[in-house]
Amino acid sequence: MMPVVLWTDALVFLLLALAVGFALYASRHEHLRAPWRRVARSRVGMGALVVLSFYVLIGLLDTLHFRLPLADPAPGAANPSAERRFAPEVLSVFDYWARPLRQRQEKTYSAPFATHLFVKEAITQPDGSVVRDFPRLQYGGRHLKDPNQRGWDIFGTALRGLTEGLAVWGLITLQVLWSMAQRRGLALSAVYEEVRDGRTELPWRTALGGLALMLVLGFVAGELALKYHILGTDKVGEDVFFQALKSIRTGLVIGTLTTLVMLPAAVLLGIMAGYFRGWVDDVIQYLYTTLNAIPSVLLIAAAILMLQVYMANNADQFESLVERADLRLLFLCLILGVTSWTGLCRLLRGEALKLREADYVQAGAALGVGHFAILGRHILPNVLHIVLITLVLDFSGLVLAEAVLSYINIGVDPTMNSWGNMINSARLELARDPVVWWSLAAAFLFMFTLVLAANLFADVVRDAFDPRLRGAR
Amino acid sequence: MSAYILRRLLYAVPILIGVNLLTFVLFFVLNSPDEMARMQLGEKRVTAAAISNWKQEHGYDRPLLFNDKATGLAKVTDTIFFQRSVKLFAFDFGSSDDGRNIGYDISQRMWPSLAIAVPVLLVGLAINISLALFIVFFRATYLDLGAVVLLVAMMSISGLFYIIGGQFLMSKMFHLVPISGYDTGIEAWKFLILPVIVGVVGGVGSGVRWYRTLFLEEVSKDYVRTARAKGLSERRVLFRHVLGNALIPILTGVVVVLPLLFMGSLITESFFGIPGLGSYTIDAISNQDFAIVRAMVFLGAVLYILGLLLTDISYTLVDPRVRLQ
Repeated sequence: MMPVVLWTDALVFLLLALAVGFALYASRHEHLRAPWRRVARSRVGMGALVVLSFYVLIGLLDTLHFRLPLADPAPGAANPSAERRFAPEVLSVFDYWARPLRQRQEKTYSAPFATHLFVKEAITQPDGSVVRDFPRLQYGGRHLKDPNQRGWDIFGTALRGLTEGLAVWGLITLQVLWSMAQRRGLALSAVYEEVRDGRTELPWRTALGGLALMLVLGFVAGELALKYHILGTDKVGEDVFFQALKSIRTGLVIGTLTTLVMLPAAVLLGIMAGYFRGWVDDVIQYLYTTLNAIPSVLLIAAAILMLQVYMANNADQFESLVERADLRLLFLCLILGVTSWTGLCRLLRGEALKLREADYVQAGAALGVGHFAILGRHILPNVLHIVLITLVLDFSGLVLAEAVLSYINIGVDPTMNSWGNMINSARLELARDPVVWWSLAAAFLFMFTLVLAANLFADVVRDAFDPRLRGAR
Repeated sequence: MSAYILRRLLYAVPILIGVNLLTFVLFFVLNSPDEMARMQLGEKRVTAAAISNWKQEHGYDRPLLFNDKATGLAKVTDTIFFQRSVKLFAFDFGSSDDGRNIGYDISQRMWPSLAIAVPVLLVGLAINISLALFIVFFRATYLDLGAVVLLVAMMSISGLFYIIGGQFLMSKMFHLVPISGYDTGIEAWKFLILPVIVGVVGGVGSGVRWYRTLFLEEVSKDYVRTARAKGLSERRVLFRHVLGNALIPILTGVVVVLPLLFMGSLITESFFGIPGLGSYTIDAISNQDFAIVRAMVFLGAVLYILGLLLTDISYTLVDPRVRLQ
């Protein structure tokens, strides 16, 4: 197995490292730790966090890419010492894990849980005659001898998933309760009662309840997906459930990497403009007003068109389709970052203008501390909360923006799984009669859940970090 | 005041020059006319003659910035930069890659865009503000909580789904209005009503939430307490005092988008087949017609700057404490 690190993978790992670093930094600083404690104490925040962590888990699994080795050459082959060959296809751990979903392609559309294809075909009967009917699916419900047993089979399978989910949940819950009891020196039953009545400091009841829901849903969906196409198949017969899951990574990457890309510019320029004032401020203000004046969709469109032309002319530079799509995703993050750093920059400039008049900054300057030391030691730590709030608030907007951009063909590569691409292709399917609705429904469901959780989480974070708003809502 | 406006207009000039240079670099330097020709001609292996022919037809055969072959002033004016970018300042947009006059197209297509954007703005404003006041009236009750949850849920739905859902419900299920299309004159209302409804409903989530916070901030101020102490009813306090004082931020938000209404919405117009500027831009993007995209970028920048200026002026009209100098 040969690991492959795509550009966005590397940046996601960097982001992860930064997040861990920030967590360590925050845990040692009370003014950063206190708001996070408030976030953790909020029931809504905890519920949203559980949902988000499931998404993040799938996204991360989908970020570990590798190439499988090809089968070993025969033992007596000419040169056994030759280096091992690898399959050209780049897979992710998630692809590998969800292999059954990925590989079981039907011929074309099939409805959720269907056992038969959605369109009629000429079928040759055993006796040689040909009838036009809906053929059985190759994979969906193949294990059923009689398609009429489907209802009971689905029920039974779902029940098995439910039991498994509850079992896993029970183990985790027991582990959590046990460690809580250990730490506080209480009996297990006492801790259980506290959690049950919602008397714990952190809303463990909500967290564990959310976990139960997600685990049960996950296991039921997983068990059923092994036997059926639970969200149907698309035009080329690919499993829609798999596509929706694959799209999670795209959405997360766009939502997080974009901010990562814009962050250095926005923070540096913003606090510099506010701190130095004078011509530095003028130049930076001019820069962001100019960029702001250009309608962002057009700027993105222009940039993506450039990239397409470049890729078409230099096709030999890109080894595989995956790399190409990945580069386009990265480029999209870059250009989205370019259009979205201005808002944060303006906020930070205003805050830095205020902070530079603060006594401790003035005192530092009077003692002869250098400008950049002041910026790094006093101004930057004091604007971190604004940065954080903006990052969390922007996330859901970016996920939604991806869908719109992909719809007008200036988003991610058409070969890449994304909710925008799913919606885009589903649009024409709505005009069919009878309607093919499941791709659209799947994209809606997965996107809505992520954006809703992100919005709720963002609200909690903003309330916790922005002292002005505390208690206002 | 007029001196202030004049200065702001002068301040806009360097910004527009910046926008213009940026688009010039994007559209001509990074993406040379040769590549544009190749893309428009569509073939992977087009002949050099065809390319130069295409460039000549569309006026891209000049040098980019400086023409040594010309004499006198033409050294500067007979270039792509002057012909294609500087002329934008005079709102001379030139012709698109398929030979149509862009300025004429824009003047024709801005009316359908306005016909959707203005009702969406006005109806949306009325509905959002009244809903927000209603929620604020019941603040800190379960109704308030439920409404906020609902609003967040509505915000989390992508605009695409509002459009698709609206088309599906109104046109396919109940056959109330045509799915898409446009008509001239008074008959257009049939085609406009669905996009307007979708636009309003799609904006309710974030709109109402924003106005709600605005009103809540206002409600906690001292003058509201005074008004209540005076014995005014809660309804009167909200509608007279709170709404009146919250008008300033509301107006700020509205005025800044007014000029941009011309540009229309890319997504709505292309979904509903409305021949406005939004669908014009989208078509240009998908046809890779850079002349149109460039014109729209410039127009957007001009309108944005106009919006900022109008906002400042509107402050003085609404709030006598603000004085521009």
